[in-house]
Amino acid sequence: MELSEHIKTANVEDVTLRRPFHPALRGTLCVTSHHLLFSDRKDEASWQLLILLKNIDAIEKSVENLFGYPRAVGSSGTITIKCKDLLVLQLEIPGMEECLNIASSIEALSSLESVTEMYPFFYRPSHLTLNGPWGLSSTEQYYKQTERLWDRWRVSTVNSDYSVCPSYPSAVIVPREVDDDKLIHSARFRQGGRFPVLSYCHHRNGMVIMRSSQPLTGANKKRCKEDELLLQAVIDGSELGYIIDLRSAQQAQQARMTGGGFESKSFYSHWKRIHRHHERGKVVQESLIKLVEACSDPSHSVDRWLSKLENSKWLSHVHSALSTAGLVVECVERDGHSVLVHGSEGTDNTLLVSSLAQLILDPASRTVTGFLCLLEREWIQAGHPFQQRCAHSAYSHARLKQECPIFLLLLDCVWQVWRQFPLALEFSEALLLRLAQEVYASNYGTFLCNSEQERCAAGVKENTHCLFQSLLRPDIEEQYLNPLYEPTDLAIWPSVHPQSLQLWTGLFLRWTEYAQNMEEAREEVWSIVKEHHEQAGPDRTNNTLSTHCDTLTSFENLMDELTIL
Amino acid sequence: QVGMLYLTATHTIFVGKGSEDRSELWVLHSLVCNVVKHKASQSGYPLLIHCKNFQVMQFIISQESDSFVYLIQFSKLYCFSFNPNVDKAEREHSWDFLDLKAEYSRMGLPNKLWHVTPINREYRVCDTYPADLFVPQSVTLPVIIGSSKFRSRGRFPTLSYYCKENHATICRSSQPLSGFSARCLEDEQMLQAIMKSNPGSRFMYVVDTRPKLNAMANRAAGKGYENEDNYCNIKFQFIGIENIHVMRNSQQKLIEVSALRSPSMGEFLMGLENSDWLRHIKSIMEAGIFISKAVAEEGVSVLVHCSDGWDRTAQVCSVASVLLDPYYRTLKGLMVLIEKDWVSFGHKFSHRCGHLDGEAKEVSPVIDQFLDCLWQLMEQFPCYFEYNEKFLISIHNHIYSCHYGNFICNSQKERKDLCIKEKTHSIWPHLWENKLDFMNPLFKPDQSQNQGLLRPRTAPYCFKYWRRLYNRFDRELHPRQSELDCLMTVKEETQQLEEDLALCEQKLAVLDKERAKTLYMQKGVLESKQALWSLPLDTSLANTPQDYIGGFIGGAPNVFTLQQGERESAELCLFGDKPKSSDADNSDQESGVADFSSHSSGEESLPSEDSVKDPDSDETGPNRA
Repeated sequence: MELSEHIKTANVEDVTLRRPFHPALRGTLCVTSHHLLFSDRKDEASWQLLILLKNIDAIEKSVENLFGYPRAVGSSGTITIKCKDLLVLQLEIPGMEECLNIASSIEALSSLESVTEMYPFFYRPSHLTLNGPWGLSSTEQYYKQTERLWDRWRVSTVNSDYSVCPSYPSAVIVPREVDDDKLIHSARFRQGGRFPVLSYCHHRNGMVIMRSSQPLTGANKKRCKEDELLLQAVIDGSELGYIIDLRSAQQAQQARMTGGGFESKSFYSHWKRIHRHHERGKVVQESLIKLVEACSDPSHSVDRWLSKLENSKWLSHVHSALSTAGLVVECVERDGHSVLVHGSEGTDNTLLVSSLAQLILDPASRTVTGFLCLLEREWIQAGHPFQQRCAHSAYSHARLKQECPIFLLLLDCVWQVWRQFPLALEFSEALLLRLAQEVYASNYGTFLCNSEQERCAAGVKENTHCLFQSLLRPDIEEQYLNPLYEPTDLAIWPSVHPQSLQLWTGLFLRWTEYAQNMEEAREEVWSIVKEHHEQAGPDRTNNTLSTHCDTLTSFENLMDELTIL
Repeated sequence: QVGMLYLTATHTIFVGKGSEDRSELWVLHSLVCNVVKHKASQSGYPLLIHCKNFQVMQFIISQESDSFVYLIQFSKLYCFSFNPNVDKAEREHSWDFLDLKAEYSRMGLPNKLWHVTPINREYRVCDTYPADLFVPQSVTLPVIIGSSKFRSRGRFPTLSYYCKENHATICRSSQPLSGFSARCLEDEQMLQAIMKSNPGSRFMYVVDTRPKLNAMANRAAGKGYENEDNYCNIKFQFIGIENIHVMRNSQQKLIEVSALRSPSMGEFLMGLENSDWLRHIKSIMEAGIFISKAVAEEGVSVLVHCSDGWDRTAQVCSVASVLLDPYYRTLKGLMVLIEKDWVSFGHKFSHRCGHLDGEAKEVSPVIDQFLDCLWQLMEQFPCYFEYNEKFLISIHNHIYSCHYGNFICNSQKERKDLCIKEKTHSIWPHLWENKLDFMNPLFKPDQSQNQGLLRPRTAPYCFKYWRRLYNRFDRELHPRQSELDCLMTVKEETQQLEEDLALCEQKLAVLDKERAKTLYMQKGVLESKQALWSLPLDTSLANTPQDYIGGFIGGAPNVFTLQQGERESAELCLFGDKPKSSDADNSDQESGVADFSSHSSGEESLPSEDSVKDPDSDETGPNRA
């Protein structure tokens, strides 16, 4: 079925649009295959609102005058549109039939299943071309740039046809002394084939963070020699490594009943296992739903708000993510041990913890480019199933399948780090907000599909543009810079006390008046810094002036001499 | 940390026996809230000291002693012995720093409608009010006296804030002694006069800040609230702020939550909710908003009272004033506001802050709540306050420290009787001297776009836990880098550079002038020697310095500017690692040290005399400091 067949009514005049904190507007509403377009009726300086249909999470319609009045006497309907970026809009549409038509078109077009029908495949801005390289970096390039890896690590292409692990990229970094054959065996022993691979090598002491999925020990405690050798090769002679298991000890035990399990002490003697409980999947998704619900009603009493905030558990998830990341950093930076992180599948919390730990440890990942590279390496290439996880957001009435806002959780944690170290990150909150929006609905192909394999099959690299590349264009990047950035080489240890963690108002209260005052403050910060740059700015004004002065002085001397003459 | 603990007449001092740097911790006795002795353990006798500025210290002492028990019974407050190196004139001058008369004239008073009544000059009508009070011109002395007899403790309606633009006022009083049916003609005339002094309006609001139930209960005791039928043209309104006892318990719970050691997120939020603290803050804020809107938007005067008119009334009037008038959002303005609405109008600081051992039931964090409200506003309007939160925390600290005389006693009369001005120092000049620490770099002085009125949100998520106050001494909880300090430095540097530039330009102008003069004088000579001096004398040439560099200009000025640039970046770097920042406590401690030395040279007792306790006391140190 062609996309356009979903559209029964493409155009409606005289629609009233209501947005929070803006006066109501009348104008024309237009539905296209991928967008909802509202334009103000006034011809001169007309104002437009363009919403990606994919951004629409839920749509509620209420039709008045269903009975009794003939259609001509102004029956009308109201559509409430709830977006994945948490914006809520109301459209009053004259004509019951038009209203229902529009609603059903939006419903159909906002939940497309096929990747190639999605907007990124149609987005063709004039300033971008499709033929360039896609993405910021690849495993091979990363390896080439990271000299400290060359000695003990190598790039393996054992997964080049995605047969060993469907969710891994074609190339991964593994210990040099472990050959591809062993990797294949280890992959068979890990859920989804996600054998241990290198995630980060610390620039100060060469210790590494590895990630994988759970071992398939099962009820009868199977073992895998190759997997043990692989991990042995990681710590290479040093005394001890840590396995951070993102499940409670009890959960890990239970996993054995369903074929999963954990690394037992007797077979992995040099590894010490630490269990940290992390919620996953549905629980986290429901947290988001509860939190957004709590934020959307400003008439609650303070008590009710606090109990709803507590009840949502969102901040508890932030708390545990940051604590575990802190634990990993402690192992690597302070105690000088290598770490393996895994939960069950190794595609969600594992990536959350490993990427947060890198942000805390590695100054290179705190620049705009570095942070985007980190996301590309640890989330896109590492096979976080974006399409499944971000199919719906907080408002959807659809039955939850595999949705889970783990990426939002990451952004929230990064925001908390930024609040505590306002000078340490090169990017600002604006970048995090942009990413929070793009991950759910985007013009770009970056967050499409669930793995590199799927992206290859769908031709994402050939047919869409890359978000990260476009964010890094100098004129765009400027909007996302932190004016106060002052790089530091040290690890930035965040405080994880509940008193230090705050609600991310920039995201969750984005569409309230509360956010507007913050915007004002941000602008003020910018103007202070800009003023400073103008004054201090490459000292040129001052230099010319002082040289100028000296010229004149010398001139004067000359005159004096002349006078003597 | 191991070290020695000293007790002096005024301070508890802990000197750490660190390897390199001798760390010292000075705690004023007046700041100590309570001392708890725990059962002896193997390591010694644990002693827990809670301070009024939310510092908690635990000492473990090797020998048992009772010395700490009398510590809280000190009745001689530090401010009387605090004696920094300033002469008498300077001290007296410090009390003139703020002038309430000037503040009233800033508001536009006295004028045709309002004047100062001399009636309370000797504090005879009301001993808790200040000597100078503003009442409507039309009110006669008998009316005031009659009205005051009809109000609790004689606190008759009087002006607190006057809005120049529309003549609307905020007035304050205590509850009327109405009982179930009593009325008072003079009091009714008084309110009528207040209403009439606002020519633009046909009614006034009377705001009772208590919950309705409490006000009703008061009627049984012959007190109560205004009956709308007896007073013409008033609109009566209850606001429902809880009393001092509820607030005390609420803060107690809040402090317990803040002191939890690594609680879970859930425990913390639940504790916060159970304390009800933020709910109370919200109710005070809402009262302030109601009044500020009545005054600014409706142009209607408001009379505010609670029971006695010195707690909730003070909170609500001052919050409303801050919302209404940008002046109170400046450093000096806030000082004036506290001096006016709190100090002069008889907020019972000695009782509420528990300066002396007295009735525990009188203690209540009324002023803490006002500061908390201000902080909430600063969070919502980051660009509208000249001061930053360090200023609020400093004020909070000094309200409780009794370091200065401002917050001693319960009323102006008591302060006069005790000769506070003669015997102690004023805090305000001290804070003013350090104002650079208290500035908000984001402050935008021009606030004309909304006529100065702030319209805060009261959605529940706008009320937050004030970590910087309640966890003040838990350094690890706070951001490691300070945006505020960074911006402040940047701003200062910008200013410095601007000044440099201006200076250069000035110099240039002078030189230009002089050169022109010389040129003029030497023209003849030059013309004749042109063959020799091939330098053309166009002014434009002065702009091409590169021609001269070899001959006359050394690298000196360039080098200088470069160094300056380097220094800047070095400073910025420093920030990242080590906060020289945020320790509002420092100034406190330093002045403490200064005074210590002046002590030993001066009169009275040598501090070391009675003090040296357990010379070899063995300690595990202030684990939260």
